Amino acid sequence: MRLIVENLAVARGGRRLFEGLGFAAEPGEAVALTGANGSGKTSLLRAIAGLIRPEDGHIRFEDGHSGLEADEARASRLHLMGHQDGLKPTRTAREELAFQARWCGAPEAAIAEAVGTLELQPLLALETRKLSAGQKRRLALGRLVAAPRALWLMDEPLAPLDARWRERIGALMAAHLAGGGSILAAVHDPLPIPARGVSL
Amino acid sequence: MSGFLTLYRRELDLAWGRGGGALLACGFYACVAALVPLAVGPDPERLAAVGPGVAWIALALSTLLSLERLYERDFEDGGLDLLALGPIPLEAVALAKGLAQWTAGSLPLALATPVAALLLGGAPQALPLTFAAALLGGLGFSFVGSMGAALALGARRGGVLIAVVVLPLFCPLVIFGAGAIEAFAAGMNWTPGLAFLGAYSLAAVALTPFAAAAAVRNALS
Amino acid sequence: MPRLMFGLANPQKFMSATRRLPAVLGVAAALMFAVGVWLSFTAPEDYQQGDTVRIMFVHVPAAWLGLMVYSILGVSSFFALVFRHALADAAARAAAPLGAGFTFLALVTGSLWGRPMWGTWWEWDARLTSVLVLFLFYLGYMALRASIDDEQKAGRAAAVLALVGLVNLPIVHFSVDWWNTLHQPSSVLRLGKPTMTADLLTPLLVMGVAYMVLFFALWIASIHAEIRQRRANALVLKAANAA
Repeated sequence: MRLIVENLAVARGGRRLFEGLGFAAEPGEAVALTGANGSGKTSLLRAIAGLIRPEDGHIRFEDGHSGLEADEARASRLHLMGHQDGLKPTRTAREELAFQARWCGAPEAAIAEAVGTLELQPLLALETRKLSAGQKRRLALGRLVAAPRALWLMDEPLAPLDARWRERIGALMAAHLAGGGSILAAVHDPLPIPARGVSL
Repeated sequence: MSGFLTLYRRELDLAWGRGGGALLACGFYACVAALVPLAVGPDPERLAAVGPGVAWIALALSTLLSLERLYERDFEDGGLDLLALGPIPLEAVALAKGLAQWTAGSLPLALATPVAALLLGGAPQALPLTFAAALLGGLGFSFVGSMGAALALGARRGGVLIAVVVLPLFCPLVIFGAGAIEAFAAGMNWTPGLAFLGAYSLAAVALTPFAAAAAVRNALS
Repeated sequence: MPRLMFGLANPQKFMSATRRLPAVLGVAAALMFAVGVWLSFTAPEDYQQGDTVRIMFVHVPAAWLGLMVYSILGVSSFFALVFRHALADAAARAAAPLGAGFTFLALVTGSLWGRPMWGTWWEWDARLTSVLVLFLFYLGYMALRASIDDEQKAGRAAAVLALVGLVNLPIVHFSVDWWNTLHQPSSVLRLGKPTMTADLLTPLLVMGVAYMVLFFALWIASIHAEIRQRRANALVLKAANAA
């Protein structure tokens, strides 16, 4: 699925964060969004996901040569991963992963596989409030691994992870790209995979 | 459909679990019920006159307490984004949350209401009706209250604000519910009251999810 | 008509088209009030309530206005929500305190009405109770609007609430009426309306129109102020970001 952004302007609290933004993310491509704090990286990701209405411009999704209904693309063809993990503190890791993955339509077998890939097995019985930031992030990544979708919108995905896990997630990202997926990630540090830069 | 059930089960678990507030609401209910004779005096006749009505008010307030965090907890930790981008529309999410809130919160309260009414001097014959009315009214309270919780997302003083916003909307529920019970106690026809109560509650179930979804979209934007 | 409506919908055009309107309406309202008050005082006494019936001429139109303004609030909110209309949002915001004010006046005068005759400061009859709940609807709207920091979000959330309230109003009225019939008053103490003759109807209607004209004068003036405030805010924000 190709993402096309044309002449986009997004405002928050009456102030235009950016305008005239245009770029595309092709299948197999990673785009790194860079910019100062408050420049609108998070808002751009949320606008693409459909949570924020842009003030100007267009966001389009295309499959091959035909356009896709934005609602349909957003519901089933992209993952939005914010810089918070959305994990409920009093629930166990297993319960939360199961919920998030099922919510995204992943079958049980895929969830089990994701547990293996992300080495979540020892964490599953723990309540999520007992997990470290890095462990929570890996848990949140579970649904991306368990439910394959074309576009990954990620907001500072690797921030809480240590060097080893950055490399491992980098490998997962590369595999995603190799399979025809695309990634749009807001980052402060360079991604562990080759990526085109877009600056806000 | 499976998305709806998945969400409903999780919401139920969250409402019941630690920090969910469902049992806490029952505790609050008990405290309010205990305060009434302290305020009004132990005279059985006076208590009987106000008992059922006060039990009903306590039901409304206790429902309010238990749903303050209904949307707030998801809003704070970023989970609401995931719910908004899920397999079911936000209106269905609101429906699931409201139903879970009713199941987890209003059911114990509906059991507590007849007990409180009895302790405050209500007639034992009125208990089944009180239970039915509390169950039905609790549905209305839960859904209207959930809508209030969604509207107040991101606001300061969330809890009190939800109350101010929602209590005027509770008036018909209070009138019909307490009215049905009082009519029964006075030997009059109680079916209209119960029927109106049911109608309002079911209308709330059907309509408030739309308002709640609009409020959530607004808060996320 | 629709073209006129949407033409005026541009805040700029609205401002220029209605620049003189508040002053004109204000003068008109003053005149109508003068006539209305004179008519109120020259209307015959009610044989039951005596002179105190004259409070009706302040109370009843105020209640009418409270209700009318809430409908306006609801309609403005609908346009603000569905068409994302900045002017409709400003109109809704301006209408709320005015409507609350009229409703509060209705409550106070309603309270005063019963006092001389029956010595009670408040009467829980169907009408007054309905007006009280209407007042609470206004309070809820204003509280919600004031409690959310982001102005746009506050406006939208409040608009949803206003629409919900509008749908609920007839239900509340019905339920309060039902409640009133359920609890038969123990005596004949009621804020009964005296039988409406033309002598009493005319001042009532004149006062009603006077209130309405006053509302429009204040409302449009308030919308002007709201638009200017938003422009000022935008300029301040622009300057702060350019620095």
